[in-house]
Amino acid sequence: MRIGVITFPGSLDDVDAARAVRLAGGEPVVLWHGDHDLKDVDAVVLPGGFSYGDYLRAGAIAARSPLMQDVVAAAKQGLPVLGICNGFQVLCEAGLLPGALTRNSHLHFRNRDQVLVVERADTTWTVDFTEGQRILIPVKNGEGRYVGSDADLDRLEGEGRVVFRYADGNPNGSSRDIAGVASENGRVVGLMPHPEHAIEDLTGPSTDGLGFFTSVLKAVVAA
Amino acid sequence: MGGERAPGTLVGVSRVVVDVVLKPEISDPQGQAVLGALGRLGHDSVRSVRQGKHFVLEVDGTPDEAELKQIAETLLANPVIEDVELHLPKD
Repeated sequence: MRIGVITFPGSLDDVDAARAVRLAGGEPVVLWHGDHDLKDVDAVVLPGGFSYGDYLRAGAIAARSPLMQDVVAAAKQGLPVLGICNGFQVLCEAGLLPGALTRNSHLHFRNRDQVLVVERADTTWTVDFTEGQRILIPVKNGEGRYVGSDADLDRLEGEGRVVFRYADGNPNGSSRDIAGVASENGRVVGLMPHPEHAIEDLTGPSTDGLGFFTSVLKAVVAA
Repeated sequence: MGGERAPGTLVGVSRVVVDVVLKPEISDPQGQAVLGALGRLGHDSVRSVRQGKHFVLEVDGTPDEAELKQIAETLLANPVIEDVELHLPKD
């Protein structure tokens, strides 16, 4: 199972994401934003960081990079895509996920271990969780406040596309405590917290993050 | 020659300005922080501050309004959260 991890100029967590893929039992494949080559991967991870220095808006310029045009086209054909933190911002800017991520309401960069409640355990990236499960993974962002119009948020909730909600405190002022959302077909998921930093007891607050990567391996095999 | 032109501009090049601000329903914590500083400085008459972005584009020839509108609305602003104003040269 080949899982691509895209590196943009300014990506920080691409190596951790590739390590998470490997520890979950997949084969990580290095992808470069400037190429037009998805290398026949079975799924793609957009890692955290500060692509293009967050110039213009976080994720805005990365969303228009050559490889992202291929990712958008492939995602519309069903390719599973996970966007973590800056990767989530890129997916929203690319139009693959609804809403937008803006400056934290308190203006501080927030870095801590965060409890999330899994609201949907039937997306490509969450089948190894159970609905209502509480997971603990790090969150670290300055522009992680998820926003959208009330009408759009109502529609998202109605369609069951809120995948994760913050619990025990909202780290950035996100509307309705939303931490992550999915595409209509549940194959594209984005979230601000970092599952790739919670895969080993030695370095993470839990190993809950592994579930994202084992989920996609299982879902792709089943497809 | 060229006395009408702003300093630093070129013949045959038009100057297009695009202003981007957060939509009224999206809270602007940066603007609120500026407002707080103004209050501490004694500028009590300022009631609110909205922070935005100001782009200046130099365009060869006569600007194509449709093309610039597309640039403004699809790249310079994110229509989910921002409003955009396009200012083309008057003449």
